[in-house]
Amino acid sequence: MMQRTPLLTTKGWLVFIAAALVAAVLIPVLATQPAPGSIFRVPAYLVPLFGKYLCYAILALALDLIWGYAGILSLGHGAFFALGGYAMGMYLMRQIGTRGVYGDPVLPDFMVFLNWRELPVVWWGFQNFAYAAFMALAVPGLLAAGFGWFAFRSRVTGVYLSIITQAMTYALLLAFFRNDMGFGGNNGLTDFKEILGYDIQAPSTRLGLYIVTAVALGLSFLVCRFVVTTRFGRLLLALRDAESRVRFIGYSTTGAKLFVFVLSALLCGLAGALYVPQVGIINPSEFQPGNSIEVAIWVAVGGRGTLVGAILGALVVNFIKTWLTGAAPELWLFALGALFIVVTLAMPNGILGLVAQAKQWRRPPSAPIAETVHD
Amino acid sequence: MPSGPEQSDQICWRGFQTVRLIRALLFVGLLLVPLTGRAANLPDADFSKLVAGLAGDGFDDKIAAIDGLGASGDSRAVAILKALTDGKLAATEDKQMLVEGDNGSFTDAVTGAPVTPAAEPDRIRVNNRLRGQIDGALSHLTLYSADPADRMSAAAEALHHPSLDGVPALDKALAAEKDKDVAAALKLARAAGLLQSPDAAQRLAAVDELAASTDSQVRGLLGELIGGHESDPKVIAAAKTALAKIERQLTYIEIGINLFQGLSLGSVLLLAAIGLAVTFGVMGVINMAHGEMIMLGAYTTFVVQELFRAFLPASLFDLYLVVSVPAAFLVAGAVGVALERTIIRFLYGRPLETLLATWGISLMLQQLVRSIFGAPNKEVANPSWMTGGFQIMGGFTVTWNRLVIIAFGFIVLGVLVLVLRRTNLGLHMRAVTQNRKMAAIMGIPTDKVDALTFGLGSGIAGMAGVALSQIGNVSPNLGTIYIIDSFMVVVFGGVGSLVGTLAGAMGLGVVNKFLEPFAGAVLGKILVLVAIIIFIQFRPRGLFALKGRSVEA
Repeated sequence: MMQRTPLLTTKGWLVFIAAALVAAVLIPVLATQPAPGSIFRVPAYLVPLFGKYLCYAILALALDLIWGYAGILSLGHGAFFALGGYAMGMYLMRQIGTRGVYGDPVLPDFMVFLNWRELPVVWWGFQNFAYAAFMALAVPGLLAAGFGWFAFRSRVTGVYLSIITQAMTYALLLAFFRNDMGFGGNNGLTDFKEILGYDIQAPSTRLGLYIVTAVALGLSFLVCRFVVTTRFGRLLLALRDAESRVRFIGYSTTGAKLFVFVLSALLCGLAGALYVPQVGIINPSEFQPGNSIEVAIWVAVGGRGTLVGAILGALVVNFIKTWLTGAAPELWLFALGALFIVVTLAMPNGILGLVAQAKQWRRPPSAPIAETVHD
Repeated sequence: MPSGPEQSDQICWRGFQTVRLIRALLFVGLLLVPLTGRAANLPDADFSKLVAGLAGDGFDDKIAAIDGLGASGDSRAVAILKALTDGKLAATEDKQMLVEGDNGSFTDAVTGAPVTPAAEPDRIRVNNRLRGQIDGALSHLTLYSADPADRMSAAAEALHHPSLDGVPALDKALAAEKDKDVAAALKLARAAGLLQSPDAAQRLAAVDELAASTDSQVRGLLGELIGGHESDPKVIAAAKTALAKIERQLTYIEIGINLFQGLSLGSVLLLAAIGLAVTFGVMGVINMAHGEMIMLGAYTTFVVQELFRAFLPASLFDLYLVVSVPAAFLVAGAVGVALERTIIRFLYGRPLETLLATWGISLMLQQLVRSIFGAPNKEVANPSWMTGGFQIMGGFTVTWNRLVIIAFGFIVLGVLVLVLRRTNLGLHMRAVTQNRKMAAIMGIPTDKVDALTFGLGSGIAGMAGVALSQIGNVSPNLGTIYIIDSFMVVVFGGVGSLVGTLAGAMGLGVVNKFLEPFAGAVLGKILVLVAIIIFIQFRPRGLFALKGRSVEA
């Protein structure tokens, strides 16, 4: 029997704990303890921004799990993310209650505006947080299960899968734009007041949400890491590199791909549900195919098939995006476009790949080559 | 409208009361005007007499004069009646009628000669009853208007308010009518009026005439006839047959309209997808920047249009589109070749990386165009030979720009097939895609062929941009609208098969348009997308899948 790969090496655990401490303890302390105006003080507006980045990091992690390990490039992950976000948004809408513009205790404002008389069935139960949280995972999970079952069973792979996942998110985009879908149409859901009884605008709530997101990211990373270090993870790698061969050996590729696809969708739903209370709005533009494609570039920038790289890539690219869209908005699309091209042409293994190359370069012969990634 | 006890009272009452005047007017026309007259101008003496009547003592005299003018069909009457409504018509002591101009000067109402009246002339006052009468007279005069469109709308108006009393006036207008379409509309209105005839034979003839129509108004009239006031069984039977025929015709027309719109949408999809069928289908490159090639073509059209406006006489403007087609092909094709040489050739065999890199290219091209031309939509004019359209049947109009685009789509596809099958370049392209190494051994310059193939696909996308600029806005994100549709068409039709692309585009276009009446435009589109996603599950290689081992590559 082959020896099982450890979840993380000792060094890996040290890095993980250090990163977790910085994200979940140091930043919250810096956001509250130093006096306002001190150079160590993290300004209040940065907290939800960091929270947003961490949500993106979970999303990137989810995509890396299926793209980097199983070779499935989904261009519809933004859809799972948005569905999770909508489920959370529906809970937050129900919490507004009579504080809405029309003051209707049951119906959200946009429904009153559309002259609806009663709450649609799909909205039932969303005043309950536990139910909404469950749906934030269940809806993306079920969609992924249904979609994946059809797609993997008929062996739709590679580019074809990418294109139909893109069509899926595009269809959802069109659907959610419709007012009679009952999800707020073009404007989506916004103007939230409170979550679990806490004022959603209050710095303390935002900090709480940020910490929850950081913890969720850490746990998601460990789950993904667990999956890829098991025997099952090796099967995924084999699937990525030679799917037909794996099938001929006798493995059920459909089941394996379906499992990892659904797990990935659940992570997306989680990220979306954490994202919405922090940014305060969810609307159909989250379904735009471009968003889903952008996730792929985060993963590619960090380094495919490494998990850590996905998190790194999501953070780096989004930091650059925030900075550049503020400093020189017309340059952002040039920069993003160039990033797509440079990464695919010059650094196929992303930032982590460059780091590994640099190490190898310094002490050439002995270091084993990292898991290679190609189609 | 309550029916008055006496016919003549009712007439006045209606003229006074309602806006739907044409029936009353047509009736009065019958009373006052000799039936044999053609719609030429009256002799001056008669006309003057009618005009002088406008200054008559009582309102009844005035009404008679107004109706007389209305029924006369005299083209001079319009200006006079309008002056009357505006209170600009005046009469001198000796009953000379004058029209007051804007600056207070007067002209003779009949001859138009300038007049300086000795004393201040009396303005002719109008009340509401007269105004109603004047409006009616004016709308009747449009039956003789010089503009066929005016006459057409007057005929349609007559059809919507059919009356037996109006028939003679319609007969008269019909005798003078030279335009075929207007004459047909007048005949229809006349037949609709004759339905009220006391003579069953006349009603039967009218029903027969109406059966040829496809106007929904006629359907309503026949329905009323069957449901209510018809007693003659022969007429009822004929009306039922006619109604069934009309219903059938209307169904055909609806199918025809859907089919044409479907083909029109299909040809747009076809144009958008043919280029992709080359780059994706033949070369296997997932070109996410394909939409931006279309966009470049549309902007090339815009630039060519502006150049024509700036440097060439207006008479040549209509030719700008003809020049745009090769210009767009060259621009987009050159960009395509440049991209292939600098980026895409390093990514052959790595489809997912190609996808990401070309997506990056598309973002940069969009931003580049936005920086150069600005974000707002650019307006591209239809040349005159692409505006307007013609009517095939009632309610079924074919517009020239749609027709030209359908034809253009097929021509582009045809030329591409010829290039692939009949030229050296096509031979080389097919050789390289089928077996690159063997082709290289045979001395085919594979690098050059790759670049040219990609350039060809991009150039075709550019030509699609020319067509799309004619039916929609030209904006930096024009391409993003079509990219998903294009991929759907190619994947649905079968990658690598031009027949499949054609079938896919037309099929999706037609299905979309037939779904629209039931589901609405957006839901229809969603249904089509879902249908394709499900379809791919059963035929992962599309409608016209390539057979053999190459597909598993």
